[in-house]
Amino acid sequence: MSDATTADTAKNPSRPEAVLAADGTPLKKSLNRALRRQKIRALMLIAPLLLFVLISFVAPIGDMLFRSVENQIVSETLPRTVVALKEWDEASGEPPSEQVYQALYRDMFISVERKEHTRVGQRLNYETTGISSLFRKSGRKMDDIAEPYEDLILDVDKGWKTPERWATLYDSAGTSLPAFTSAYEAFVETMTEDGKDPATTKPWEMFYSELYDDIATGDAAGYNGPLSAELAAVTNAVQGFAAPSFADAFTEIEEDWADHEVWGTIKVYAPRFTPGYFLTSIDMQLGPDGIEAQPEEKQIYITLFKRTLIMSLVITGSCILLGYPVAWLLANLPMRVSNLLMILVLLPFWTSLLVRTSAWKVLLQQQGVINDLLVWIGLISDEGRLVMINNATGTIIAMTHILLPFMILPLYSVMQTIPPTYLRAAKSLGATNWTAFWRVYFPQSVPGIGAGSILVFILSIGYYITPEIVGGTKGVFISNRIAYHISSSLNWGLAAALGSILLAVVLLLYWAYDKIVGIDNVKLG
Amino acid sequence: MSQLPPYATVGQRAWYYGFRVICAFIFFFLIAPILVIIPLSFNAENFFTYTPGMLRLDPEAYSLKHYRDFLTNPEWTSAVWNSVRIAPMATLLSVSLGTLAAVGLSQSHVPGRRAIMAILISPMIVPLIISATGMYFFYSKINIVGTYWGVVLAHTVLGIPFVIITVTATLVGFDKSLTRAAANMGADPVTTFFRVQMPLILPGVISGGLFAFITSFDEVVVVLFIGSAELQTLPWQMFTGLREQISPTILAAATILVAISIGLLTTVEILRRRSERLRGMSPG
Repeated sequence: MSDATTADTAKNPSRPEAVLAADGTPLKKSLNRALRRQKIRALMLIAPLLLFVLISFVAPIGDMLFRSVENQIVSETLPRTVVALKEWDEASGEPPSEQVYQALYRDMFISVERKEHTRVGQRLNYETTGISSLFRKSGRKMDDIAEPYEDLILDVDKGWKTPERWATLYDSAGTSLPAFTSAYEAFVETMTEDGKDPATTKPWEMFYSELYDDIATGDAAGYNGPLSAELAAVTNAVQGFAAPSFADAFTEIEEDWADHEVWGTIKVYAPRFTPGYFLTSIDMQLGPDGIEAQPEEKQIYITLFKRTLIMSLVITGSCILLGYPVAWLLANLPMRVSNLLMILVLLPFWTSLLVRTSAWKVLLQQQGVINDLLVWIGLISDEGRLVMINNATGTIIAMTHILLPFMILPLYSVMQTIPPTYLRAAKSLGATNWTAFWRVYFPQSVPGIGAGSILVFILSIGYYITPEIVGGTKGVFISNRIAYHISSSLNWGLAAALGSILLAVVLLLYWAYDKIVGIDNVKLG
Repeated sequence: MSQLPPYATVGQRAWYYGFRVICAFIFFFLIAPILVIIPLSFNAENFFTYTPGMLRLDPEAYSLKHYRDFLTNPEWTSAVWNSVRIAPMATLLSVSLGTLAAVGLSQSHVPGRRAIMAILISPMIVPLIISATGMYFFYSKINIVGTYWGVVLAHTVLGIPFVIITVTATLVGFDKSLTRAAANMGADPVTTFFRVQMPLILPGVISGGLFAFITSFDEVVVVLFIGSAELQTLPWQMFTGLREQISPTILAAATILVAISIGLLTTVEILRRRSERLRGMSPG
């Protein structure tokens, strides 16, 4: 017998000796061990699938949520500008200082070489229109800004044209040439990424301006390496040189660089994470003075969310209206007949979504079957053909048809459990047909309505294919906008934010469904 | 009201028949759109509607040309081939992983059962567009966008909830004393699973597999995002065809798909009845 059991028995002298299993261990312990083993076995069976779903499904969803707030591109592409802009006060209404323009020049030059400036331009363009072209146009002119410095230094010594000279300078610079060193490091990194050898590739024009900067600030005085003589010659030439201002150079390329709104946008979107995409999703924006409403013509998302919700409600409502009588009939007919009629519900359920959508396209078109039929029987004239497609009507009709089985099946399974004797009892107590139905039958069928409605609603607010094909512009949902941002406008952050909001709504409903029906009770077919 | 009593009043009679007429209309609404496209797929013209000749039942107005196009046009044949290549692999994966997990979930003591279940069912609940968005971002990070295995992976996940639901539902009716009896007679767990448990839950596993198959075979949103031009599946081809309205070959494809769904529906129904019969036979 183990010590623990002895102690236990000693504490409770009145209790009889613990029951032992066949191998001599106390029964309680042995049972616990068996239970634990059972739990571990069950988890081992589940683990592969759980891991699989976590990696290939939950992780992607997490990635999407992350992207909806992520905004590293600005601070990664324009690191110096972002730091320099911290000093600038946008409320002043003035363009920022010369240091900021110089930082911008350095960042822009490097990002142009790395072909990243258009991407950051595009990112900022989502917030202030025009920045994309501003970045694109300015990108081509960066060499021009460097030109005066290039001319200055090359006039002294043509030897600065060779890559070897700059490589030697970098190797021997130590800490004496901070601006140049930083530029050269960016150069090496870019070349390595492109698979080129920095020691033999044409040097960047930026080196001239950076070397000038190091000399002008006096840092270069600390240099004592093999190129001291060459550097001294350049230093001599620099004495009489009036450096052009970076601010002027930029505003000469594009006037918008003097616009404090552009700078405000860069400053507001400098942090690594931003609520900007979420604000856009609810028709707001992050201005320099905090959160404000989008300009009127850009407010489309609230309308779209509202439309998605309203149309989903209408679809759910029509499904209840059409599904309830059918489910009632199926639940009350003799088994043989109802099984046969059930096929009419299950066949659409099993038929490809694309097939059903194409069927509705065929039926609803202006030259389609329904219009032809109506013209033929003379209800409408040939000119007065009904417009039933490429609008909200088309989406509602087609989606009601597609989602109706998801309403009928849960309703049917609930109605089957309602004993018909209750109705008879109500009637024999003097209730009219209506009272018997409304006071006795209907309340018992409410769980079915609830289950079916949540299911249909969840499915319909995320629908993409059917609205895309029969919805035109007035009948599309938020999902279509998400798809548009992913494949056409490439504003992935906004797509992720819209998706996250939609996901939150769906998960809330999923939770409600779990509470009301229980996910274990979902039935298929 | 399932049967009209002989003493029913006129109003009751009217309501009785009226109700049935309403239901007939709803059934018509459910089934007519699917049936309407079948004759249209034999249209001799390139129209999406009935021609006067078709309405006169003129044999000249009917032809098999859209079917010929479907079977010979490389765009459609390669789409069919891609679907046939992807769906069975995704089904196989989701059925094997899903059945294993369903057996685990049906044990009596599973810690966090509800949460695990919620995660495993979620691919069915989360809107496809969101799954597609997330997968597009994440799969492009690990460089499997546009590859066969990327699409298979995505379709496997989407099929899993169906397998879990059908197999756990079948396991609810499974008599656990049978596995104990097998163990008692000296069978190890693997033998017990394959010789005793599997044959009894097979109907559930197969219908789960059919659901997974149709999910993959029918799926278009995710494949639009993470597929590539070489991986165009049949639904993708139909979707682009519908958007640009190229040819009524879509209707031929649709008719063939309807025939396949009738086949699948019949199989699932037969399996369900067999499973119910087996369950009825087992004691307890």
